[in-house]
Amino acid sequence: MARIESEIGTPKGGFMKWIDDRFPFTETMKAHATEYYASKNFNIWYVFGVLAMVVLVIQLVTGIFLTMNYKPSSAEAFASVEYIMRDVEWGWLIRYMHSTGASFFFIIVYLHMFRAMLYGSYKRPRELIWIIGMLIFFVLMAEAFAGYLLPWGQMSYWGAQVIISLFGAIPFVGETLVEYIRGDYSISDITLNRFFALHVVALPLALIALVFVHIVALHHVGSNNPDGIEIKYHKGLDGIPLDGVAFHPYHTAKDLVYIIAFLMVFSFVMFFAPEMGGYFLEHANFEPANTMATPEHIAPVWYFTPFYAILRAVPNKLWGAILMAAAVLLPLFLPWLDRCRVKSIRYRGWIYKTALGTFAISFLVLGWLGVQPAEGKYVLMARAFSVLYFAFFLLMPYYTAIDKTKAVPDRVVYHG
Amino acid sequence: MTDDVDRNRRHFLTLATAVTGGAGIALAAIPFLSSLKPSARAQALGAPVEVPLASLEPGEMIRVEWRGRLVFVVRRTEEMLARLQQVEAQDLLRDPESKVTEQQPDFAVNGYRSAKREFLVIEGSCTHLGCAPLPQFQVGPSDDWFGGFFCPCHGSKFDLAGRVYKGVPAPTNLRVPPYRFIKDDVIMIGAETGAA
Repeated sequence: MARIESEIGTPKGGFMKWIDDRFPFTETMKAHATEYYASKNFNIWYVFGVLAMVVLVIQLVTGIFLTMNYKPSSAEAFASVEYIMRDVEWGWLIRYMHSTGASFFFIIVYLHMFRAMLYGSYKRPRELIWIIGMLIFFVLMAEAFAGYLLPWGQMSYWGAQVIISLFGAIPFVGETLVEYIRGDYSISDITLNRFFALHVVALPLALIALVFVHIVALHHVGSNNPDGIEIKYHKGLDGIPLDGVAFHPYHTAKDLVYIIAFLMVFSFVMFFAPEMGGYFLEHANFEPANTMATPEHIAPVWYFTPFYAILRAVPNKLWGAILMAAAVLLPLFLPWLDRCRVKSIRYRGWIYKTALGTFAISFLVLGWLGVQPAEGKYVLMARAFSVLYFAFFLLMPYYTAIDKTKAVPDRVVYHG
Repeated sequence: MTDDVDRNRRHFLTLATAVTGGAGIALAAIPFLSSLKPSARAQALGAPVEVPLASLEPGEMIRVEWRGRLVFVVRRTEEMLARLQQVEAQDLLRDPESKVTEQQPDFAVNGYRSAKREFLVIEGSCTHLGCAPLPQFQVGPSDDWFGGFFCPCHGSKFDLAGRVYKGVPAPTNLRVPPYRFIKDDVIMIGAETGAA
């Protein structure tokens, strides 16, 4: 008896002590919330991580409820989505929440990634956080793609046809791989069924696991800040970083305000423009899949269009696929492509500022080009902006090495 | 006690366990990977389909489904067949002689890419990324268009024998499925052996 008491403590000390003797609850809360110190000069760019978590929760909850009424078969899928929209009480709201959430997920993740590029958050010692984040982005793309097939509309079917065919461009194994993905000789009921399994079980599990690891890695090295300096180099006598404040309650209270503002924007879109003029939900997808006719104008949902524009800019199947894959994968190597020692854009030179600005514009223009028809001037523009997109990454080791930087302060500063 | 550890023996045992375990995982992966292949039912549904051609007027096209894939059957007029030579003469095609062997059965390696010259039987799946090309059989408006198939997705162009144009993203000619004439005016798509 005495032996056990010395191991897990005496029964005195209340409920929390009883828990803490068996599970490190208080210790975990301290390490990750009440005694996790993040810089006090966070600006609005630092809210997108939290917002991504909010949207993840929205997607998981609405997804579970959609699964209760959706039928993953080619004969019933389209009708079951319409059934959710018309006959299930509040079904339309749950479905629009899920479809709007998908687009917002990408808006937030793109801004979150851009934040990292602004303030050098991918640099040492945060390379792994960045790589895990990129893996989250890849899984998110797969998740969105699998999910888009489920309503079994015209764009679901033909969009999947195009993307799956891309794997056929891989030499030698391509055609076999495509058959393994589809499970059939064409996209069929079998394909729909397995995409459902991926979308509701496999990929969400991977996503949650990666998000967990992303945060563990972040809390291990500490958050970056808009000055790109390490706050843990300046600690007070109490061992707390002088420029840091506890994540909870200080950052959480601030984040709550942003979350409310975000939910207002989210609700506005969900209630008044859930289709977003055909960008969030494409018009062609309100027609059931027809294996006999491709829609006249085929484009992926907006969040894939920058990469799609690069694919179409190349008049060769294999090279188009290779360049598109390269465009998606290149950001992985940012921590090693960027040779500048200064993290934050505040103290970097005009070359990087120009390069990053050009990159952001290229990405947006490519996104716009991806929904335009693939002809004439649009193709030429797509080629020009693809070159700029790749130049940002491939020339980075050179221009970041010669760029003149400003002196980085010791402690965080406030602007405005 | 710890000094008595036979490091070599321990190393060997660790390695042997890891290799055995690895082999076990690899073998256990086989059923899972194989389950992703087209099932017996999916293969059975890929059975040949019979298509009667008697009611197909010259210059017309019908769409047929085989193995869930779209197949175009076109009855070409003499004038349309003559245009095939015009496209060839202008050197607009990437593979005018159907040299890429996977794209058609042997019997279709000819100037018409068909078993009978007037009937074109071809898969309606663009060799770029699988969209269904649109039939645009009339000549023009541009000088280099002699009628054929146009893919709306990425602008690939094919002539009236499904031969791919130069300078478009599609790498190869449209695929000719295996088919044969079981009667003078009935074809069986998916039946492996060749011409009538």
